[in-house]
Amino acid sequence: MLTIREYLRPQTLEEAYTLCQKKSNVVLGGMLWLRMQNSQVGAAIDLCDLGLDTIEETPEAYSIGAMVTLRQLEQHPGLASLTQDAMAEAVKHIVGVQFRNLATVGGSLYGRFGFSDVLTLFLALDAQVELYHAGVMPLARFAELPRQQRDILVRVHLPRSPRRVAYLSQRNTATDFPVLTCAVSRAAGETCCVIGARPMRAMVLADEKGLLKAGINETSIAAFAGDVAARVPLGGNLRAGEEYRRRVCEVLVRRALTEMEEG
Amino acid sequence: MEIKLNLNGKAITAQADPDTLLLDFVRAQGCVSVKRGCDTANCGLCTVLLDGTPVLSCSVLAAWAAGHSVQTLEGLQSEAEEFVSFIADQGADQCGFCNPGFVMNTIALLRENPDPTDEEIRAFLAGNLCRCSGYDGQLRGIRAYLNSKKEQGGAPRGTEQ
Repeated sequence: MLTIREYLRPQTLEEAYTLCQKKSNVVLGGMLWLRMQNSQVGAAIDLCDLGLDTIEETPEAYSIGAMVTLRQLEQHPGLASLTQDAMAEAVKHIVGVQFRNLATVGGSLYGRFGFSDVLTLFLALDAQVELYHAGVMPLARFAELPRQQRDILVRVHLPRSPRRVAYLSQRNTATDFPVLTCAVSRAAGETCCVIGARPMRAMVLADEKGLLKAGINETSIAAFAGDVAARVPLGGNLRAGEEYRRRVCEVLVRRALTEMEEG
Repeated sequence: MEIKLNLNGKAITAQADPDTLLLDFVRAQGCVSVKRGCDTANCGLCTVLLDGTPVLSCSVLAAWAAGHSVQTLEGLQSEAEEFVSFIADQGADQCGFCNPGFVMNTIALLRENPDPTDEEIRAFLAGNLCRCSGYDGQLRGIRAYLNSKKEQGGAPRGTEQ
């Protein structure tokens, strides 16, 4: 059972950062995952007064506030265009509309959860996270940091440079956590593949052997998908075993690359 | 702590603990249409509208809702009554426990998209679970309501908001 002794709405990021240094205090995202935990929270820190619930657009990037909901991501026309609808595809299977109206980008990424569809896609989009104390860093680097570091995720920046993207996930049943997630993207001639729900947190897999360098076609796609499936570290949990995930992985990568190429 | 919010059009001031959930807060105010189902943010039984947006009240702190507008089925009777009879006509309700959550989210759907396709209805209501039916009855009921409105030449009620 979750108990909260105090509810606070800081008026500045500095105030929020100071409050979150205390170990028993917790920054609220959408509170959906926190609610599942059996813990005693000293102060629940709500960032709702800090104006972090908007998606701003500059010529270079989309700047997404930490309190932006997954439903906002799903319905944003600019993000749909940037990702060829992969953004909506990545979040629309997450429980239901009511859930996505609460779940936040900040909560999804700061937790660096293994099951996160959002983390998988944002890694493929070369996202940068903006932390109040640690500053701006690539999401891929942030994903590797230990969760014990206490900071405030302020915004996420998505570069608007031209990019082909596709996203696919496999679920045992609709609205459940994914068995495996897969995002592929290609920018400036470089293809990258991200596999999540391994069930460990998502990781980036580059085309290390240059299998797609000579061109993306049925043969090179099959070779790359086989290579990714062979080398990605996978494990088992109650949703699927390692071997099943490995077979699904090869299929998802092949289909996602094909979808990306066919546009 | 003192919570001030607008509940079904009425200003409410009440005491609540920092970890009181909106679900418990509105039920204590007499809005017992809001049901505690899975209690894990999965079933949609506890759906309320927060500033017009459907959310799971089992996962929202009452303190979080302070200063906002909350609507439950008690406050949306006239908007609901037009289409719930179509759902009942299809025999979609069996135990009826999931019904208030379904109705609340259907209201949200029709406000956002007054003329949804079957696929859009299924997608929007995916977060509302029913243990009795196979969901087809609810879908048939909503479709029958929308067809009825079209035959009458009027827009679904949601467009009037």
